[in-house]
Parts: sequence; structure tokens; C-alpha cells
Amino acid sequence: MTHVSQPAIAIEIGGMAIALRTQDSAFRQLLESRYAGFVQSAADPQFEFDIELFEPAETTNADEDVQVKLQGGQWFLQRGDFRARWDSSAGRGHIRQSRNPYAIDSVLRIVHTLILAKQGGFLVHAASAIRDGRAFLFAGVSGAGKTTIARLAPRDATLLTDEISYVRREGNQYRACGTPFAGELARLGENRSAPLSALFLLEKGPENRIEPVATSEAIRLLLRNILFFAEDTELVSRVFRSACEFVEKVPVRRLIFVPDQRVWEMIM
Amino acid sequence: MVIAEKYIARSSAIAARLIGGEMMIMSAVDSTFFTLNEVATVIWQSADGRTALSDIVIGKICPQFEVDPDQAGRDAEQFVNDLSQHGILMVSEQPILNSPASPPEAQ
Repeated sequence: MTHVSQPAIAIEIGGMAIALRTQDSAFRQLLESRYAGFVQSAADPQFEFDIELFEPAETTNADEDVQVKLQGGQWFLQRGDFRARWDSSAGRGHIRQSRNPYAIDSVLRIVHTLILAKQGGFLVHAASAIRDGRAFLFAGVSGAGKTTIARLAPRDATLLTDEISYVRREGNQYRACGTPFAGELARLGENRSAPLSALFLLEKGPENRIEPVATSEAIRLLLRNILFFAEDTELVSRVFRSACEFVEKVPVRRLIFVPDQRVWEMIM
Repeated sequence: MVIAEKYIARSSAIAARLIGGEMMIMSAVDSTFFTLNEVATVIWQSADGRTALSDIVIGKICPQFEVDPDQAGRDAEQFVNDLSQHGILMVSEQPILNSPASPPEAQ
């Protein structure tokens, strides 16, 4: 797929390259800086978006809820600071947004969520890291310890993210991929991936221990942490099915931990 | 035993899956998540829109779980009311002949 109307950079996350085209060189530089490590040649992206910037004076509330709807075969994404449409079958879309990078961050998350949902994967509120060639997820709501566990990671661990993990399905296995979606650590993850070995549900406690989690609770808690935007019946069913199949194939444990480095002695 | 004649059918706006003997259901309307116990799972699987709730209780629940019919009837009513409030089950005093019911274990 080639399109040369505007200069572009491509952001590759989870092996999925999305080209972002804008005439505004300062904004391109901002994107290159923000997504450093995830920027690649825009020669052959899977999807493309043209970006139209509007001035800050037009900016409305970026804190309002995002709306994602499928109409006439196109996805419509909207929040105070952006409006986007995306024809997934044509691989093309258009974003009208304010100059702030949070808008494009949100669009990328939503688009990847929609792509992954069709493939049995998902984005999930979780830190993730690779150790000895295997990936581990650490899921939890805000305050559960995602950033803490990421900060405590030993030097031999490769941090994929401290906030939003990328889970891709590959046949009967799952792979965790690095993302540029950072949390409190304010550090991009490494653009690497590895087969997923386990999902830990984080809980701070008086000692380090790992507990089994009942299947139904694992699904419930996983669903609570999966990023999900669209008001679409078919997509809800896909996400539910993905969560069930994930829990059937990947060990899910509760990790109760004291916030010091010894917790990582249990992660291997 | 006093059970009002009710017919129940599964909504099409749900996703459901039987895992480890537990039926898990997610509403596609509000993403609410439910886990059904064994008794509730039997009611759910029997919710074809044509079988009266009283017949489900007497014909399936009581013999399978050896429970008191009156108590089973009251529990079934409560369960059906709860799920219908979330749009998971449709309830009618008449058979629901053309219900868009999902399969009991949607894959």
C-alpha cells in the first residue's frame, strides 16, 4: 500500500505499522520523538491515517469519554481533542486533532484495540516484561502496583511497558509486545516481544506469594482490565471470547507482593 | 408450589461460555459479567422461549439437584428477574416463539 500525498512516519506496535501523514513537520518531529523506538519506514504500512491539525483554540475537553462507533462500514472515533474516521477494510483513515500528542495516542490505542479484537488479542492495563525469553504480564487497576513492579524489574528483565500491554494471539499461543504507552514511569517500553508465560494479577500485601485464581474470577478480572471502547455487540462478544480463550491457555495467578526487588525472585 | 407461568429466552445481545462447569455470560449492552452456578446454568440452558419456567424447575432442577420445589421455584424466579433486569433473559407470560435466542453456550 503506497500513498504519497503527505510526508509520513510509521509507528509500529505489535508488528503492526500504522502510517501517520501530516504536512506539519513540527508535529512529525514531535511524533518521532514521542514514539522513538517504534518509528519505522513508512514504505509499507498496514494502515494509514492523514492527520489534520486544528489550533488549540478549538480544543475542547480531552478528559471527556471517548466514543467509538461503527457506521456504514467505517469506525468513527471521537473525544474532545480529536475526531477520526477509519475504514479498516480500505486500510485508510483521517484524524482531525489538536496538536497535543495525547490525541494521537488515544487514536492508536483504539485502532490497535479494534485490530487485535478481530485476531483474538487485546490491549490490557498491565505492565509487562521479558525475562529469559518469556514474557510476563502484571495486570491491575490504577494503584495496584504496575509501575512499582516495573520500577523494581531487575537488569536482566526487558520492560515492555509499565501501563498498557499488547497481547497478540498466534495460533494457540500468545505473545506480549512492547508498547510506547507509558504510565507513571514515563518511559517507553522496549519494542520487543516474546511468548507469554503467565498473567499475574497484582495485589500489594505483607509478604510475597503467588496464589491460584479460579477460572471465573480470572476471566472477570481480565475483562475488567482489557481496554475496550466500542459500543458494538459483535466486538463485545469477540472480547469476551478472547478473554475466555486466553484464560484457558495462559496461567493466571494472583501475585501478592511487598514492594521491593525480592518479588522478582518469584518471576521466572 | 406457586410459580407464575413464565417463559424465558436468552437474549441475543450476550456472549456466553461454559468453562469448568460454570456458565459465564457477558452482556453486550453494558458489558456486565455474570457467572452462573450449576442450578442457574441449567435454567439458562433451558431458556428456549417455549418451556415454562415451572416445567424447567419441576422437570430439571428438582430431580437433578434434589431441592425443595417451593424453594427452587422462588430461587428460579429471583434468578430470572435479576437477569431480565440486565437484558440477559427475556421473560414473557406467553411462549416466546420467535426469540432471537443465543445458543446456550455461544462460541
